[in-house]
Amino acid sequence: MGFTLVYLSAIVLIPFAGLVLRACELSWADFWRLATTDRALAAYRLTFGASLIAALANALFGTLVAWVLVRYSFPGRRIIDAMVDFPFALPTAVAGLTLSSLFAANGWLGQFLVPLGIKGAFTQLGVVIALTFVGLPFVVRTLQPVLHNLDREVEEAAATLGAGRLRTFVGVIAPTLLPAVLTGFALAFARAIGEYGSIVFISGNLPFKTEIAPYLIVMRLEEYDYTGAVALAVVLLVCSFLLLGAINLLEAWTSRFAR
Amino acid sequence: MAGTLRKNWRGHREASQRGTEEPPLIKWLLIGAALSFCVVFLLLPLANVFAQALAKGWAFYWKSLAHPDSRAAIRLTLTVAAISVPLNVVFGLAAAWAIAKFQFRGKSLLITLIDLPFSVSPVVAGLMFLVLFGLQGYLGEWLQDHNLRVIFALPGIVLATVFITFPFVARELIPVMEATGTEQEQAALTLGASGWQTFWHVTLPSVKWGLLYGIILCNARAMGEFGAVSVVSGHITGQTDTMPLRVEKLYNEYNAAGAFAVASLLALLALFTLAIKTFLEWRQSREFARARTAGRV
Repeated sequence: MGFTLVYLSAIVLIPFAGLVLRACELSWADFWRLATTDRALAAYRLTFGASLIAALANALFGTLVAWVLVRYSFPGRRIIDAMVDFPFALPTAVAGLTLSSLFAANGWLGQFLVPLGIKGAFTQLGVVIALTFVGLPFVVRTLQPVLHNLDREVEEAAATLGAGRLRTFVGVIAPTLLPAVLTGFALAFARAIGEYGSIVFISGNLPFKTEIAPYLIVMRLEEYDYTGAVALAVVLLVCSFLLLGAINLLEAWTSRFAR
Repeated sequence: MAGTLRKNWRGHREASQRGTEEPPLIKWLLIGAALSFCVVFLLLPLANVFAQALAKGWAFYWKSLAHPDSRAAIRLTLTVAAISVPLNVVFGLAAAWAIAKFQFRGKSLLITLIDLPFSVSPVVAGLMFLVLFGLQGYLGEWLQDHNLRVIFALPGIVLATVFITFPFVARELIPVMEATGTEQEQAALTLGASGWQTFWHVTLPSVKWGLLYGIILCNARAMGEFGAVSVVSGHITGQTDTMPLRVEKLYNEYNAAGAFAVASLLALLALFTLAIKTFLEWRQSREFARARTAGRV
């Protein structure tokens, strides 16, 4: 018990306090000026916009994948099921590297997509692609247990009462799945906001265009502008804490549904 | 065997519950859409790593890996993992033990704190250590006076890695320990076993699969961490470059095949992690099934 607390303070609390203390040394006006430069605003817009799109894509495709994995049996189902965790296991740098080479003009997918005007590497679309990749497991993994426990008798009842399959899905199944999908969505969104490793490779990191907020922090550090970096970091931290709170509420909601 | 059982069970269901199945056309369309999404986002990126790594042939592949700087990066990554994973295993055991077996105030706060590194951006995590130990940091001058290097050296990389991989073991163990309850330990203590004996012979065996699972995940993340390590490492070639940082450096030097060669080792690590994880899950479900049938008989 004592050991737990000492270790926890040494590794988590003290560094955390250090950052907060540093931020407190700033006056409010200075903080505001550093945290809301034009370049920073453009970076937040990209970070949050791309994370939102990626999390939405994950909510949609994650639900589809979870549904197919739980409900149907088809060749390769077990392999796909195991592979869903691949983005968790793969170092993000490798993910960014391979995705950017897939979508580059001479890559496996890029050679077909780039002539169509779909440029996946070194664009904002690339940021969305990388974020979709890293967030992929969240929705699938939160939804799978809920789908497994879904009572089939309710669906039968709906079918007996004359509801079509689509109507059953929209009216009966979807509302039960909603809390889990939202939790997965929020988890993917939270992960996407802090993501750095995979984006560095695929975005090209052009200021005002394809530069994300964590990358801007690294840039500030390379200019030895610690205060600027700390101000940006505080903004990101506050956002992740708000999201963490939202996720906890959503999880409480999901477990109430599960019961 | 489990597979055939499952299939029969499914077949039975399909025959008896037509009303809750989608028409075959829609079903196969859904499967097709899900599969193509998985192929584009999971299988192609993986296959691409190995294809690109071998694009210039095996000879070049081996040469890239045998390069002294790459070898140094591999060594550093292994060293960092060898230090940070055991630290977090010990902590994870202690924390999970405290949380699962005792009641105390502030427990939920403790759980939130353990989860904290999950929700902090890796770059911000690295920055925290820079603020503490960097030259402009709070302890920077003191460290310099005593000729100690934390930032841009091994200790900083280990600290950042420990921070990032901190929750993995504890997170896996807490539910397992909560599920096993405290009766067995109490029995052991009543029979005269000491606290340590109880821990080694009762608690540890009951959580061994969960523990192994946590270690595997923790190790994968420790070896693959990029953002936090990148901030504190200083990118000194041959000295403070870990494998992911080496990948970035080679890529920036327009040596794509070399970057992919090092990346392929990390991808192999990821595959290995997935294989162990799948095995452990299969094993757990088998033990669970056995326990259930035993209970029924």
